[in-house]
Amino acid sequence: MVKASHLKKVYRAGEIDLEVIKDFSLEINEGEFVSLVGPSGSGKSTVLNMLGCLDTPTSGEIIIDGVSTKAMSRTQRANFRGENIGFIFQSFNLIPVLSVYENIEYPLIMIQNLSENERKSRVLKLLEEVGMLDHKDKTPDKISGGQMQRVAIARALVTNPKIVFADEPTANLDTKTAHMIIDLMKKIQREHQTTFVFATHDEKIVSNVDRLITLVDGEIVADQRMNQ
Amino acid sequence: MNNILKISYRNLKRNYRRTLLTASLITIGVIFVLIYTAMSGSFKSYTVGQITDSLMGHIQIHKKGYVASVDNLPLDKNLNAKMLEFIESTLASNPYVQSYSYRIKFGAMFSNFTSTTNIRLNAINPKDEFPTLPLLESRISDMNGTFKPGEIIVPELLIKGMDVKIGDTIVLVANNKNGSVNGINLKVAGIVGQVMGPGGRDGYIHIEDAKKALRMNNELEISEIVLRLKDVEKLGVAEKSLQPLLEKFNKEGKPVLEIHTWQQLSPFYNIIKMIDIMNISIQIILISIVLISILNVMIMSVFERVREIGTIAAMGTPPLTIVKLFLCEGLMLGVFGAVVGSILSLGIVYLLNIVKITYSIGQQSGLILTPSLGINEILSVSIIVILISLVASISPAIKASRLDPVEALRTY
Repeated sequence: MVKASHLKKVYRAGEIDLEVIKDFSLEINEGEFVSLVGPSGSGKSTVLNMLGCLDTPTSGEIIIDGVSTKAMSRTQRANFRGENIGFIFQSFNLIPVLSVYENIEYPLIMIQNLSENERKSRVLKLLEEVGMLDHKDKTPDKISGGQMQRVAIARALVTNPKIVFADEPTANLDTKTAHMIIDLMKKIQREHQTTFVFATHDEKIVSNVDRLITLVDGEIVADQRMNQ
Repeated sequence: MNNILKISYRNLKRNYRRTLLTASLITIGVIFVLIYTAMSGSFKSYTVGQITDSLMGHIQIHKKGYVASVDNLPLDKNLNAKMLEFIESTLASNPYVQSYSYRIKFGAMFSNFTSTTNIRLNAINPKDEFPTLPLLESRISDMNGTFKPGEIIVPELLIKGMDVKIGDTIVLVANNKNGSVNGINLKVAGIVGQVMGPGGRDGYIHIEDAKKALRMNNELEISEIVLRLKDVEKLGVAEKSLQPLLEKFNKEGKPVLEIHTWQQLSPFYNIIKMIDIMNISIQIILISIVLISILNVMIMSVFERVREIGTIAAMGTPPLTIVKLFLCEGLMLGVFGAVVGSILSLGIVYLLNIVKITYSIGQQSGLILTPSLGINEILSVSIIVILISLVASISPAIKASRLDPVEALRTY
C-alpha cells in the first residue's frame, strides 16, 4: 500500500542543516491500523506529512498504491491527496463557517465534484457511523472536542481514501474521549478496510493497533506487529 | 461554482462588521461617482445644449480667415453668391445635415434717440434660424407673433442699460464694407437672454433689414452658415463629410472656405473637457478606494485563515480552487457595492429631480439641475468596481493558494 524507501528530510536552520529524518524506510500493508509513536521531536509528524504528500522528502522515494509521488507538482499532489488520502488533525481543523454536515460534504464538492444525491448518501452514512447524525446542522463551535474529532474522522473518510493519516488525533482530548476516538477509528478501519496510520506520543492509547512503530530522532527503533 | 459562491458568502459573513464596512465604503464611492457624473452631466448637457441649440449650431462654415478676425465682425470676409451656390449644392446631398441658416454678423450703433451705444448683431432669416437653433426661441421673451422685417430683438442687458421697452422705435447705424454709413429704424420686438459663449450677448434683426442697412442691394453676402446635424454624436463624421467644401481653392491655391465645429469655436468646450477629466479623476479615486479596501480585507482574510487554508489544501483542494474561493469573496464585495451603490444613486437622482436644485452661471440664474443616470454610466462604473475588486483579490488569492500546507497547519 505504502512503500517509503530511504527517506531523508533536512531542514535548514540558519547556517545549520538539521537532519530530522534519517534513512527512513517502511512498508505499510493495505488495511493495516498502524501507530507511529515516539517522543516530541522524534519526527512523527514529518514522516506523516511526507507519507501524506503534504511535504516532500529531501531524498528517497514514496510509492502509494503503486504510484511514485516523487516527481509530482503541487497541483498533482493536491489531486492525489484528494483522491487517495484522508487527514485527521490534532486540532480537528473543521471549517467554522460550515455546519457538521457541510464540513463532511466539503471534500466531495470541492475535490471530487460528486452529484448531490451521492454526496448526501455518503455524508449521512458516515454521520451515522460516527454518531453525529443528530448534530449535523450544528456549526463546529456548538459541539465538543470529541464530537469535532468524530466529524473530522467522517470528513477524512468521505472521499473513500485508500489511506488515512492522523497526526496526534487525541492530543487535544481527555483520556476517556481519546480512547473512544481510537476505538471509533479502529471500528471504521475494520468496516471500511481503509489503511490507518496515526501518530501519537501517548503510548497508553495504542493498545488496539495492528502495528506499533517507534520513532526516535528520526529513525525507526522498533516495529512491532501486535497480536489482537 | 455555486458551492464556491456559497462558501465565499459565508466567509464574508463570519466577519460581517468588517465586510459591511468595506462594502459600505465601496457603495459610498459608487454613489459619489454616479451622483457627480449625473450632476456634471446635467450641467454639461444643459450648457452644450445652450451653446449648440441656441447660439452656434453644430458646425459653422465661413470664408477662410473669418474666424481669425471674428472679434472685428469683418464684412469684407463674407461669403458671396458664388460661394453660397457651391456650399448649397454640397449641403443638399449631405446625409448628416438636418438644416442650415445664413447669418450676417455686424456691429452697429444702437440709438434710442437720447443715448447711443454699440451693439453686435446677427441678421437672420427666422424661417431657417429657428429650426436650426431650436432653443433660440426660448431665449427670446416678450415677443408677440413671428419675427418680421422691421423688428429687432435686443439683448436683455441693453434693454436695461438703454431703458428701452417692447414696441419702442430705435435707430441702427452701420457701416458697410465700403465704409458707407446707413441708418434704419426698427421696432423693439423682443428681448433675448444672454448665454455663455461667443455671440451670447448679440441682438437679432431680420436678414432683409441687414441687407438694407449694409446697402447690399441685390447681392447677398453672408458672414456664416450655421449647420444643425441630424445626430450631434456624429459630429466628427459629419465634419469629415464636409471636406469637399475645403477643396475649393482660390487663385493662390489656398482654400476658399473654412469649417469649424462648435467644439473648435466655443471656449466652453475646454471647460467640458475639464469636467470629463474631473470625472475620470473621481473614477480613479473610486478605483483607489475599492482597490485598497478589498486588498486590505482580503489580505486580512488570508492571514486570519492560514490554518484553514492549510486544512483545505491538505484535504486535496487544488490551488486553483483556493484562488477561486478568494476571488469570489472580493467579487461579492465589488458586486454588492456596485449594485447597492447604483440603486441608491438612482434613488438620490430621483430625489434631486423632485427637489429641483437651482444654480447660476454668470447672469443666468434659476437654472434647474436635472441630473440623470444612463444605463451606460451605471454599467461602466459597476464594471470598473467589479473588475477592480477582482484585481485587488488576485494577489491575496494567489498568496493563499501558494501557502505550504505543512507550514499553514502549524500556524495557531
